[in-house]
Amino acid sequence: MAKKFTFSAGIHPPHGKKQTEAEPLIGFPTPQKVSIPMAMHIGAPAKAIVKKGDIVVAGQCIGEPSGFVSVPVFASISGEVTAITEVFHPMGQMVPAVEISSNGSEETVTLEPILNWREQSPSDLINRIRDCGVVGRGGASFPTHVKLSPPQDKKIDTLIINGAECEPYLTADHRVMLERTLEFVTGSLITQHILGVEKTYIAIEKNKPDAIAAVKKMLESIGDKKISVIALETKYPQGGEKQLIQAITKRQVPSGKLPMDAGCVVTNVGTAHSIYKAVAHGVPLYRRVVTVTGKSVHKPGNYIIPVGTSIREILEYAETDLSTIKKVLMGGPMMGLALASLDVPIVKSTSGLLVLETTTPAEQEYNCINCGACVQACAIHLIPSHFSKLVKRQKYEECEQKNILDCIECGSCSYVCPSKINLVHYIKLGKNRIAAAKRAQSLRKDGQ
Amino acid sequence: MTTERTLDLHISSSPHIRDSRSVPHIMRDVVLALIPAMIAGFIFFGIRSLMLIASAVIAAVVTEYVISEKLLKRSNAIGDWSAVITGILVAMNMPVAAPIWMAALGSAFAIAVAKWTFGGLGNNFINPALAGRAFLMASFPAQMTGTIFSQSGLFGKVPSPLCGMDAVVTSASATAWGGADALSGATPLAALPNLISSGANIQDTLLPLFWGNVGGCIGETSAIAILIGAIFLLGRRVIGFTIPVIYVATVFILALFFSGVEGASPLSSDAATVALFHILSGGLLFGAVFMATDMVTSPITIKGQAIFALGCGVLTFVIRKFGGYPEGVSYSILLMNLVTPLIDRYVSPRVYGTGKK
Repeated sequence: MAKKFTFSAGIHPPHGKKQTEAEPLIGFPTPQKVSIPMAMHIGAPAKAIVKKGDIVVAGQCIGEPSGFVSVPVFASISGEVTAITEVFHPMGQMVPAVEISSNGSEETVTLEPILNWREQSPSDLINRIRDCGVVGRGGASFPTHVKLSPPQDKKIDTLIINGAECEPYLTADHRVMLERTLEFVTGSLITQHILGVEKTYIAIEKNKPDAIAAVKKMLESIGDKKISVIALETKYPQGGEKQLIQAITKRQVPSGKLPMDAGCVVTNVGTAHSIYKAVAHGVPLYRRVVTVTGKSVHKPGNYIIPVGTSIREILEYAETDLSTIKKVLMGGPMMGLALASLDVPIVKSTSGLLVLETTTPAEQEYNCINCGACVQACAIHLIPSHFSKLVKRQKYEECEQKNILDCIECGSCSYVCPSKINLVHYIKLGKNRIAAAKRAQSLRKDGQ
Repeated sequence: MTTERTLDLHISSSPHIRDSRSVPHIMRDVVLALIPAMIAGFIFFGIRSLMLIASAVIAAVVTEYVISEKLLKRSNAIGDWSAVITGILVAMNMPVAAPIWMAALGSAFAIAVAKWTFGGLGNNFINPALAGRAFLMASFPAQMTGTIFSQSGLFGKVPSPLCGMDAVVTSASATAWGGADALSGATPLAALPNLISSGANIQDTLLPLFWGNVGGCIGETSAIAILIGAIFLLGRRVIGFTIPVIYVATVFILALFFSGVEGASPLSSDAATVALFHILSGGLLFGAVFMATDMVTSPITIKGQAIFALGCGVLTFVIRKFGGYPEGVSYSILLMNLVTPLIDRYVSPRVYGTGKK
C-alpha cells in the first residue's frame, strides 16, 4: 500500500470547489479607483511616500517599509493619487491608505529582472523579494523575506511548497498550479536555492489530481532531484503549516515555536509564484488571484485583481445577486473573515471572496454533551470543549495550562460540534484575554 | 446595479459552515438503535413490556417539559430527544412484571432529580436512567428484583431458561426449556453459582442467552438485539468501540481467571463457557452499549474512555462475584460516572508539539 501523507485527526467538510475549479485565471478590468492600505502584512505598516496629486504608475512604490519586519507597498493601477486617507482594513481597524484614481493608462513599471538567479547570492535574492513587497499568501501575511532569513543557528533542511488548498471553496492556488506551473515551480526552485535545502516538497491534496499530474510532469522535464511532489490525503486542515510538516517529515513544530524550529520552511504556491515574478521579471506584488464564488455569484471565477479594489466592485463585476446574500467572507468558510461592509479593499492576502445565503451559524446552541467530537477533530490534540467552559468562567490561566495558545483556529471543532457551540470563538476570546493580560503585566514591569 | 443599498451583513467568527449532525440527530439514532432490543422485549415478554416503556417515556417527556419549559422557561429541551432515551432506558432496566406506575415514577425521578437538578442535558454527572433504576431498586427491591414473569410472550411462552435452570439446579435431569405459564425464580446470573456447583452443562444455556428467551430485565434479554443496535450506533459514529469493547473484554478476561469452576485453567473450555455466560447474561451487553456509552457521563478522551471502561468491567465482575447483588452493571457504571470528571481533568491527549502528556 502506498504511503499516506497526512496528520492525525481533522475533518472532511464539503469541498465546494466545483463552482470555480475549472474556471481559468482571468484578468479583472482596471478599476476606476483603488484604496491601497499601508498595512497588509504582519509587522510595522509601510509609510506612504506619495502625496495628493502625484501621478503614479502601476508597480511604482508608494509606501516604504518601516523596519525589518515590514514590506513596501505598490500602486496597483496607473493614475493620480487622489487622497492619503484611512480606510477600513477588512480586519476591522482603520489603517492609513493611498487612494488612486485611474487615468486609463495600462502602463506598468518593473524592477530589473534577475535572469541568472542561480548565480546570485541568497541575500541579493532575499532583498529583491523584500523590495517587491512579497508576503505569505497562507493568510497570515508574514513578510516572505523574513521567513527566508532564519537565524544562523536554525538549520533548515526541508522546504515545503504548500499547494494543499484544504480550505473549502478556494481554487486560486489550484489554478495557479495548473496554469502557471513553470512559474511557480521556478519560484520554488529560487526559494530552494535561497535556503540551500536538500529537500523541497510540493504538497498537493489528492482532490486536485490534475494539478498533481501537471506539476509532476513539469518536475520531470526540469530534472532537479531535490524537488518532488507529495500527494496529500484530502483532509482539513491539511494545509496548516504544522499539519503539513507532520504529514511530510513526521516532525512536530515544538509548542510556541515556528516551523524553522522543526527544520522546515513552509511557503504557499501563490507566494512561490510571487517570488518568481519578483526575481525573474522584477514585478512587485500588487495584483493577486482571488476566487470569487458562492451560489449568488453568477460569474464565479478565479480573477487576477489589483490590490486595493473594492470588494463591492468585484462582487458586482462577478454578477452577484446582492439581494440574496447574508454573509460575505474574505477567505474560505472555515477560517475566512465575515465582512461588515463591502466597501473595503482586497489586500495581498485575500485568497477568495465567498458569499453565503445563510447566516450560519444560526442554529441554537445546546449544552455540551461531552461527546468528544471536537477532541477527535482537533489536529493539535487539544480538548476544545474544555476551553469553551473555562472561558465562560473566565479561567484564562487554566486555559493557558491546557495549551490554548497552541490552537491554530482551523475551525474543525466548531464544525463538528453537535451542540453547535462556537468553540473557536471562545478560544479566540481566551487567547485574546491571555495576550491582553500579558501586555498589562509587561507594562507594569516597565513602570517599576 | 444599485451601489448605494445598505446590506445587512451577518458577522460571526469562523467557521461559517457547520456539519449537519446535531444533538437531536445523535439522540434519535440512539432511539433507533434501541428498537431491536424493544422488539426482543416484546417478543419474549409480551405487550406488557411495551406498556412499561410507553409509561416511562411519557413520564420522562412530561417531566422534562414541565421542568424546562414551564418552570425554567427554556425552549429546546423536548426537541433534543434525550428524555425519550431516558424513558426507554428506565423501562428497559425493569423486569416486565413491575407495576406500570413504577416505570413512570422511575423515569420522572431520573429526569427531575438526576438530570434537572444539575441543569439538564449535558450537566448531569450520572446517567439519569441508571439513577432512576437505582432509585427504584432501593425503594421497591421486591418488585425490581422479583423477576416474576406473569405475562405470556408473543408465542404464548414465558421466558424459559429460568425454569430450565431451576430444573437443572433442583434435579440434574434437565427438563425442557420453557413452556410454563407463570414462573418465579432467579435470573440467569443469580442461578450461575448453583449451575457451576451442580456441574450442570452451562453450554446449553448460551444459545438461549444469545437469542434472548431468558429471564431478566426487558432490555437485557437478547444479546443479538443489543448487538444489532450496537452495530448501528458504531456505524453512525454515535458510540466508539472503546467503551463497549473494553468493558465487555474486561469482564470476559476476569471471568476466565476467576470462573469458579473447580480446577479449571483460564484457558480451559469450562472457564470460557462461564466467561461467555458472564458476558451474555445480565445487563452487561445492554449496559456496555447503551448506558456506559452515554456521552454526558463518560470521559471525553479515548484514553479516558478506556480507563472508564476498564473500571466498569472490574467493578461489574467484583460485584457479580463477591457482592450481595447478582448483577453489578448499573452500580458499576454509576460509580464510574462519578469518577468521570476526575478522569477528564487529568487525562488529556498529548498536545501537538509538546512532547508531554
